[in-house]
Amino acid sequence: MQDDVVQVKDFCKLYGNTSAVDGISFEVHRGEIFGLLGPNGAGKTTTLESLEGLRQPTSGSLSILGVDPTQQPTRLHNLIGVQLQASGLPGSMTTKEAMDFFCAYHHVAPRPDLLIRLGLGEKITSQFSTLSTGLQRRLALALAIAHDPPVVLLDEPTAGLDVGSRVELHEVMREMQTKGTTIILATHDMAEAEKMADRVAILLKGKIAATGTPTQLTAAGSGLVKISVASETSSLLKEAGDFPEVAQHIIKDEYAIYYSRDAGTTVPTIFDYLKTHDDRLVDLRVERPSLEDRFLEITQPDHSNGG
Amino acid sequence: MTAFFHHFMYDFRTGLRDKSLLLLNYLFPLGFYILMGLLMTGLNPTFSPTMIPAMILVAMMACTLLGLPNPVVESREAGIFRSFKINGVPAPSIVTIPVLSSYVHITLVSIIITFTAGPFFNAGIPVNWGYFVLIFLLTTFTFASLGMLIGVVSPNSRSIILFSQLIFLPSMMLGGLMIPSNMLPPALYRISLLLPTVHAMNAWRGLAFELAPVFDPRWSLLILLSSGVIAYALAIYLFNWDSKNRRRGRSPFLALITWVPYILGAIFLAG
Repeated sequence: MQDDVVQVKDFCKLYGNTSAVDGISFEVHRGEIFGLLGPNGAGKTTTLESLEGLRQPTSGSLSILGVDPTQQPTRLHNLIGVQLQASGLPGSMTTKEAMDFFCAYHHVAPRPDLLIRLGLGEKITSQFSTLSTGLQRRLALALAIAHDPPVVLLDEPTAGLDVGSRVELHEVMREMQTKGTTIILATHDMAEAEKMADRVAILLKGKIAATGTPTQLTAAGSGLVKISVASETSSLLKEAGDFPEVAQHIIKDEYAIYYSRDAGTTVPTIFDYLKTHDDRLVDLRVERPSLEDRFLEITQPDHSNGG
Repeated sequence: MTAFFHHFMYDFRTGLRDKSLLLLNYLFPLGFYILMGLLMTGLNPTFSPTMIPAMILVAMMACTLLGLPNPVVESREAGIFRSFKINGVPAPSIVTIPVLSSYVHITLVSIIITFTAGPFFNAGIPVNWGYFVLIFLLTTFTFASLGMLIGVVSPNSRSIILFSQLIFLPSMMLGGLMIPSNMLPPALYRISLLLPTVHAMNAWRGLAFELAPVFDPRWSLLILLSSGVIAYALAIYLFNWDSKNRRRGRSPFLALITWVPYILGAIFLAG
């Protein structure tokens, strides 16, 4: 058995008569990045907030390094670092004040090095409300990890960030993982989850609909390969083309897109088709199903591409 | 202790940095003081002897009833208290620190009023400085606790305006600031005993300025102290980290217990 840092067992949370989380169980291992995925209202934030000690479970149990978040909140706060979805900082607080304030409550020295590392070195006297969204997120992350917690909970850490900032935050997360920090990452961004997470759980209506590594999850799906073809005279767009192993066919922009059960059989027949129609290939892309495809397959079966 | 100090310094600086708090903590009370000094001392001869405590009370009410509650509600709504909770900030610190920084703001304004009202507006000067300071400390505690309690029980900013003005406006009109409360018609006088300012003015008149009190000022001290302690304890008891997670059995209506000492005062002291 691996070293489980976070354990969630049969966790249920009711708001009145509405079930937000309905008996979920999972473990997160030491040094792992664990993705919590799901559409809005799936129960991600409720699960995170319960792990943070902000909400009392209706039933079931949660623990972080053996500490019950609701029963032992004073022991918990040095074990976890949390980047909340909302800002969580007063608008008039400066970057330096925020670092001094939170580090003092964690009984550690302030970490100006972390502010510099995250690009906030020149903003130490700026008030939180005057920082851009990207800088606010960076500051929230700096404060979450300043006391070197063994477990970090990130709720949509890259929402609203530009590409450069996202890449930098991902680098920081990798550095933390290298040092042995366990990270729970709640995100809507499938590409981020696929890139960063070692394992993910997809939540749907308060239940875990699927769990595993991103590769396991995508492999467990319909398995259809996406083949996108653009040609000089667009002969494929004018005529559907009845190719072997194709489960679904759509036209998008200048591309004919085929979802195939066996790309090795479908692609040569597309070439043959183009040849016989005196057309020439401009672009051909063969893509394995992404985590996003699998996510849509699970959460919106009627709208997923695989049909 | 370091954490408490950082928290206090941040809260105090916010009272200067935030424009609306700067207005309520300093500009409004000092502006009102100058206006009253110029107008009321000529119009109302009974105003001058107690101008200093009256203007200090205006500063206290502006800072605590009008200024203090709003940041509490805003922080709760914006998830700031949740973030504080996760990072180990204890609830008593969140309740106590604004009370302490209110002390500093009110003290600064009160020093200006106390040492300029005599020379500029011919206001009465305290005779017993010990009692003057004691009553100042006690009344500030009572108002700051009351302001914090309003912030804790108010679900939104609109409620703050309602609750604060329920105390602020009657206090300005009936609270003994402009005229002694015993000059009010009997029915209004009885109602005025429900206001903290009446008791603060009565205590200051009788103990610090050695003027004739309306009733025994020691009762006023007891009422102010007991209501302040009740308000402070209830603010901690009813404190919520976030608006979606109100603790069971802790109804905001419990805040009305703060008024029990005033009600008893109105029953037994009015006669």
